[in-house]
Amino acid sequence: MDVAINTALRRVPPLAIYIVGVMPLAWLVWLLVDGQLGVDPVKRIEHQLGEWALQLLVAGLVIAPLRRYTGINLVRYRRAIGLLAFFYVSLHLATWLVLDIQLRWAEIWADIVKRPYITAGFVAFVAMIPLAVTSNNASIRRLGPKAWQQLHRLTYFAAIAGAVHYLWLVKAWPPEPIIYLILVILLVLTRILPRAAR
Amino acid sequence: GAKIPTVPSAFSTDEAPNTFEEITTYNNFYEFGTAKEDPARNSGAFKPDPWSIEIDGLVDKPGSYDLADILGGVTLEERIYRFRCVEAWSMVIPWVGFELATLLNRVGVQPSAKYVAFETIVRPEEMPGQRRELLEWPYREGLRLDEAMHPLTIMATGLYGEAMPNQNGAPIRLVVPWKYGFKSIKSIVRISLMDRMPPTTWNMLNAREYGFYSNVNPNVDHPRWSQASERRVGGGLFAKRIDTPMFNGYGEQVAGLYTGQDLTKDY
Repeated sequence: MDVAINTALRRVPPLAIYIVGVMPLAWLVWLLVDGQLGVDPVKRIEHQLGEWALQLLVAGLVIAPLRRYTGINLVRYRRAIGLLAFFYVSLHLATWLVLDIQLRWAEIWADIVKRPYITAGFVAFVAMIPLAVTSNNASIRRLGPKAWQQLHRLTYFAAIAGAVHYLWLVKAWPPEPIIYLILVILLVLTRILPRAAR
Repeated sequence: GAKIPTVPSAFSTDEAPNTFEEITTYNNFYEFGTAKEDPARNSGAFKPDPWSIEIDGLVDKPGSYDLADILGGVTLEERIYRFRCVEAWSMVIPWVGFELATLLNRVGVQPSAKYVAFETIVRPEEMPGQRRELLEWPYREGLRLDEAMHPLTIMATGLYGEAMPNQNGAPIRLVVPWKYGFKSIKSIVRISLMDRMPPTTWNMLNAREYGFYSNVNPNVDHPRWSQASERRVGGGLFAKRIDTPMFNGYGEQVAGLYTGQDLTKDY
C-alpha cells in the first residue's frame, strides 16, 4: 500500500503544495471582498491565519512519524509545508500589527514583553525565521546536513510555542486549542520515545 | 413588528450606534456556544416567553414575578450606551430598558442587603452550550447594592425598539455600561439580595483575571492583554482603534461609587 502511494506521489511535484497552500488565502480574501467575514473581519482574518499556520506546523511534524510507522514518504513536501506555515504565521503577525493593534508600538512592545500568550506567539514566530531562511538546498550544503537538521529541530519548539499561544489566549477551556497542544506534544514525543525504546 | 414605545434618556450617548445586524450577530453568550456567531446561529429554539424572575433574599416582598407584571410597573426608556467587552472590542447599543432601582424599590430592599446576585436560566435542551461544562452553570453575576441602584444600571428588554433577540439575552438582561460586558448578565431568572459578595461565574473560573468589580479601566490590564485601547466593531477592515476611557466614559456619573477604593486591587 505504502509503495503504491509513494509511487503515485512521484507524479505530484512539491510545487503543487505551494499552489494548494495559498488557496486558503485566496478563499479568505474572497470571503472578505464578498462581505462574508461577519461584523469583525479583522479578528476572523487574524484567527484564521493563525489557525492555518498551526495546522501546517502540525502537518509538517506528521511527516517523519508517518514515514516511520506507515512507510508513506512525504518528506519532499515538508519544505513547502514549512515555508507555507511561516508564510501564514507572518500574515497572522502582520494582521495583528497593522489591522488589530494598528502599529501602536508602545502597546505592542508592552504586549510582547508582558503578555505571556503574545510572548509565546512572538517567540514561535522568531524561532521560525532561521528555519524559513535556511529552507533551501544551498543552506543545507553550507551548514552541512547534520547541523542543518539540528537547527531544524527548532520546529518542535516553534510548534509547541504556537499551540501554547493559542491555548493561552482563549477564555475558559474550549477543546480546539487543547487538542492542538496535545497533538503537537505527541508528535514531538514520537521523536524522542521510540528512538529511546529501540 | 411594531416598535416598543420608549422615552429618550439624558444618559444616552450621541455616538453612532452599531447596526442591528452587528449587535445581533457578534455576541458572547456561551450558553449558545463560544464563537461570536454561535449565539445568533444556535438560539433559535430558545423560548423567552412565558418568563418570570424569582426575587429572593433580603427583600420585603420575595416571590416569583411574571415579566409582564414587572414591565407593567415601569416606563421603558431608550438608553444608547457604549458597550465594552473585556476582550477589548466595543459597540454602541440602543437598549430598551428601565432602571434596576425601580424594580428593587418595588420589592423593598432590606437595610441589611449589601449586594445583588443574578442568575441566568439553565435550559440545556434549548441552550446547546450548556450541554458542556465550559462554565459552571448557571451563569452568575453580581453587583454591590449602590452599583445596582445607580441610575445608569438598567434591566434591558430590547434593542433598537425591538424585543430583546435571544442571542442578546432575551427576554430580560442586565446592562451596566461602565463595567466589562460579562457583568451584564443575560436571560435573568433570579435576583437575590444578599449581605455579602456573591460568587460570580468568571471570577469563580479565574479570579486573577476577572475581578468582582470589573470596571472598565484602561490602567488595569487583563493579565493576558492590555485594556488601554479597543476596537469598535463594525468599522470594517481599517477601523481605527480607540483609547478606552476610564469607566467606559461614565466616570462623571460613577467614579464617586469607588471613592477611597484602590481600583488596582478592587479590579
